Amino acid sequence: MSDAPGTRSEQGNTKTRQYATFFVSDLFFGIEVLNVQEVLRYQEMTRVPRADNVIEGLINLRGQIVTAFDMRSRLQLGERETGETPMNVVVRTEDGPVSLLVDEIGDVIEVSEENFERPPETITELARETLEGVYKLDDRLLLVLATDRVLQLN
Amino acid sequence: MTPLSTDESACTSTPPGLDSLCRFPCLDFFMTSPSNRLGAGDPDRHPSIRGARGVLQPKHRRDLAVCRLRRIPLGRCRRERKLRGKTLSPGTKAARQKDDQFSRLERCPNKHMDETQEIIKEFLIESNENLAQLDLEFVELEQRPNDQNLLSSIFRTIHTIKGTCGFLGFGILEAITHRAENMLSQLREGQRRLTPGLTTLLLETVDIVKNILAEIETTGAEGSQTYDELRNRLQAACDGQDPEEPAAGEASAAGPSEDQADPSEPTRDAAGQTPADETFQGEPQPEPTSQDTGEPAEPATTAAESVAGEASSGAGHLEAAASSKEAAASSRKAPAETRSSVADSTIRVPVGVLDKLMNLVGELVLARNQVLQHTTTQEDAGLTATSQRLNLITTELQANVMKTRMQPIGVVWNKFPRVVRDLGHAAGKQIDLEMEGAETELDKTIIEAIKDPLTHIVRNSCDHGIETPEQRAAKGKQARGRLTMRAYHEGGQVNIEIADDGAGIDPQKLKQKAVQKGLVPVDQAERMSEREMHNLIFLPGLSTAEKVTNVSGRGVGMDVVKTNVEKIGGSIDLQSAVGQGTTIKIKIPLTLAIIPALVASCAGERFAIPQVNLVELVRLETGGGGQQIEWIHGAPVYRLRGKLLPLVYLNKVLELEGAGLDEEDSEKAAESVNIIVLQADDKTFGLVVDGVNDTAEIVVKPLSKLLKGLTCYAGATIMGDGRVALILDVMGLGQLAHVVSQTREQTHVAREHQADLVAERQTVLLFRSGSAERLAVPLALVDRLEEFPHSQIEQSGCRRVVQYRQQILPLIPLAELLSLGDSAAETQDPVQVVVFSEGARRMGVVVDEILDIVEETISIRSRTSRQGILGSAVVSGNVTDFIDLHYLIEAADKNWFGGSQDERAEGARVLVAEGSSFSRGLMRNSLEMAGFRVIEAGTTAEVLDKLKQQSVDVMVSSLDLPGDDPSDLLASIRVVPDLCGLPILGLANTAEETHPQPGAEYQFDDCQLKFDRDSMLRSVEKLAAVVTNRQPVEQRG
Repeated sequence: MSDAPGTRSEQGNTKTRQYATFFVSDLFFGIEVLNVQEVLRYQEMTRVPRADNVIEGLINLRGQIVTAFDMRSRLQLGERETGETPMNVVVRTEDGPVSLLVDEIGDVIEVSEENFERPPETITELARETLEGVYKLDDRLLLVLATDRVLQLN
Repeated sequence: MTPLSTDESACTSTPPGLDSLCRFPCLDFFMTSPSNRLGAGDPDRHPSIRGARGVLQPKHRRDLAVCRLRRIPLGRCRRERKLRGKTLSPGTKAARQKDDQFSRLERCPNKHMDETQEIIKEFLIESNENLAQLDLEFVELEQRPNDQNLLSSIFRTIHTIKGTCGFLGFGILEAITHRAENMLSQLREGQRRLTPGLTTLLLETVDIVKNILAEIETTGAEGSQTYDELRNRLQAACDGQDPEEPAAGEASAAGPSEDQADPSEPTRDAAGQTPADETFQGEPQPEPTSQDTGEPAEPATTAAESVAGEASSGAGHLEAAASSKEAAASSRKAPAETRSSVADSTIRVPVGVLDKLMNLVGELVLARNQVLQHTTTQEDAGLTATSQRLNLITTELQANVMKTRMQPIGVVWNKFPRVVRDLGHAAGKQIDLEMEGAETELDKTIIEAIKDPLTHIVRNSCDHGIETPEQRAAKGKQARGRLTMRAYHEGGQVNIEIADDGAGIDPQKLKQKAVQKGLVPVDQAERMSEREMHNLIFLPGLSTAEKVTNVSGRGVGMDVVKTNVEKIGGSIDLQSAVGQGTTIKIKIPLTLAIIPALVASCAGERFAIPQVNLVELVRLETGGGGQQIEWIHGAPVYRLRGKLLPLVYLNKVLELEGAGLDEEDSEKAAESVNIIVLQADDKTFGLVVDGVNDTAEIVVKPLSKLLKGLTCYAGATIMGDGRVALILDVMGLGQLAHVVSQTREQTHVAREHQADLVAERQTVLLFRSGSAERLAVPLALVDRLEEFPHSQIEQSGCRRVVQYRQQILPLIPLAELLSLGDSAAETQDPVQVVVFSEGARRMGVVVDEILDIVEETISIRSRTSRQGILGSAVVSGNVTDFIDLHYLIEAADKNWFGGSQDERAEGARVLVAEGSSFSRGLMRNSLEMAGFRVIEAGTTAEVLDKLKQQSVDVMVSSLDLPGDDPSDLLASIRVVPDLCGLPILGLANTAEETHPQPGAEYQFDDCQLKFDRDSMLRSVEKLAAVVTNRQPVEQRG
């Protein structure tokens, strides 16, 4: 992911970027659209016993085995309500595709770089670790997810 | 235009092999910009000679070179070479086979011998690629003579060739390239300018170099041509002469034609002309080579441009041209012909494509499975028919795609003739290598994996197995040793046998070493069978070599071999006969990508278990009368055929739901228990699962890096219904459940293993005497087998004796004693004697013939009243009489125990409780020989009787004594006040049983294996000693 403000000037005069957005709990997140491979409905999942509980399971993505991350538990946003099925946001990583389980899919939106801001110092360490920054939209804040750091487990 | 044409044809004949086509998209940047190419001229090409290797797809390896040229623009080759670092040679197979001719290579002693050949291969490929590029660069250089980058690149190429061939010992080539390099260096440093004459000379040099390389490739040597004339001209050019002068022109013309005239260089002519005509735009080239050289620059440039044009306009054109070139090349010489004819039927395919293809077929198989599953619920006849057809085609496709990944094992074997020759040479041995089944095919990954183990075994055989000609002659063997390698398919597996007819491995020596190094305890080592001893060689840290040579003997070898073979799901076995040789047999699976697995379910999840690890399946019906799961301090075990099998609950190990239940609860909850008996690292354990579903061929897919930390999974697969299932790693699972120790305690494992074997099986010596065709005695009682010539036998009183090891050994005529009729022993010379010993005393039993030593489970079938015979048993399918050693000794020499007669009176009284009179007899034999007085009892009732009647110091009791349960017997003895202190030695049939029964109220004082004479004696001695020490104390109390 190259969301760092420094790399952005390459974008040319428009100075806008496109983000695929989704909701986890009541938070509005975005991942740069080029890094998103696809978005899927809930897939049948095979649990991986003994794995970190952030890892929800494995899904069969057209013959490819993809590891699914539960964003709620990764971001410590509490349990998903029973009956709600998460959606898969499949992102590309160096280690092949990884699916992020989110509550709801939003639109692909185009944002202007002027509205970007680093996360404030006051947020928790977890938030700082997983966030690249924030776009100030008219009606809400778009949190830019640092995918590579999100997918790093200790 | 000769130079170029020669060059191109040479290229075809000594094709640069590409190891594996790189996975980058094809970038045709050939001739786009010089700077680009110069980038490829790596600052130092030496390292590239030895880099990653072996990615080449096998079946194509042989001859692909030609093919490759046909399909891939040269520029791409270069690029690929640069990316991949190293190449493997297809075209040099001939060279490989003529290894022996590389004798000059021995000049480089600091090089690993068997690698030299590999290096030559790579040298040839690399050089040919470089030379091909050199031609173009020269031509370009003529246009821009001051291009420093270009000059540097040319210089580097020549320098690399020079350096490598000097290193490989190709003197002529080195001399030529050295001079060329000198000249280039002058050019580079600006001391002189490039003239057309110089270019011609340099191009000519390149041609000659190619010729020599071709020669090296086909014959393995540089050939007899020394090219003095060219060298002189080069030298002259270096000295400042311009070869453009007419005289030089003629001379240069004379050079090649002279070469062509030489019968040792017959290829040159054809190589020089024919292909070029057809290749390069069919440009008319009527003039013979020698006339060409007059004005070389122009046509050369044209040709080069045409190459460039073709290359940049796409591969197709060049391909067509190259194939006609190839056809021409095929008529050139025999090796080239065979190569290109094979080449016509093969295509070089990047390994990556095959991997992808394999993956896709895997998917297709899964999709097929799903379709089939789905159609069973449909009634559409058309659909059913179609899906059947899909099924068939998929299966066939799968088989064929798997085939593309197959390589003949010869790919690995090809280097062995050289290895064997070099090793033999170094050690002054003569070794013939025979190879059978080199065409046997294996999956590429497996071929890679067995390469090193095989090399190690071959080295071992040459270094330690096969003796020097003198030693062999002394043993009456042929002076030339023989090493045979065989490979063949059998039952879906590939067997590889490596056999030598050398000295064999002395099991005793192995045992000694193992004991010396503390790998095996002495007592365990003592009762090992020969086969077990041989398998000690696979223990880490063991080497039989007396001294460490540079080849082997460091003791890090066979264990690694074993580990590597087992890693790919194979097994290894060693058989050896002293003086006759050693055979190592390796069994390996055909492929790893698709494996058979057992699908089991647990807590609603499915898991695949590789069948390699599977031993058996056990199903326990709860509530039935059968064996149930028992618990030792919370650890579940199951008695599987008398041995305790540790159990692992999959749901607990993996922390699945339902694991929270208490131990017994979970068991009771289920109506039946499924135990999958698994083998990991010589340890067996039972995996308890909810259900055993089916076996299936599964496609192994690796897990994401995020899950790499979980050692309990070997990967994942997609099942027929499209869902993902995890593949269990039995080894990791065992470790997780603490069944398998984390650090491999090999010796411990080996010991346990042996103990089991000893317990279950018995080694007996079979022999013949008089009318008794098959007699037997447990080998444990036998000291040695000897042969004595009649002349050595002396008479002492009424006994016959021989002098043996500074003792007088009484000889007991077995046939006479047992009234077995006439014995051949009377006339036989030498006499066969079985020596029994007790302490320092020995006794020899004369027999007619030693038949065999067999190891098997023996159950006595009948008892006998015959004197001197304990009973009969079926051994190796024949009824065999077991002799009563005790009787023999008594009968032959009443004073056998004479020396210790008093001791015997003092000797502790031992009650032997054993159901089988035969076993009892054996124990009595052993105990009496050790000086104990023996009282026998056959049942528990008898034991109690005997104990009441007479005082006993030690009791030895079999755990399977007829009558009460051993624990009950113990209890009934212990409750008698007089007997509560009686030391009791339990004799168990298996190693497991010798462990104390936890929780039991009464314990044996010691427990040993039944047929382990030494341990039993030691234990009885110890227990007897305790008694004598304790008695006074007890009396006081």
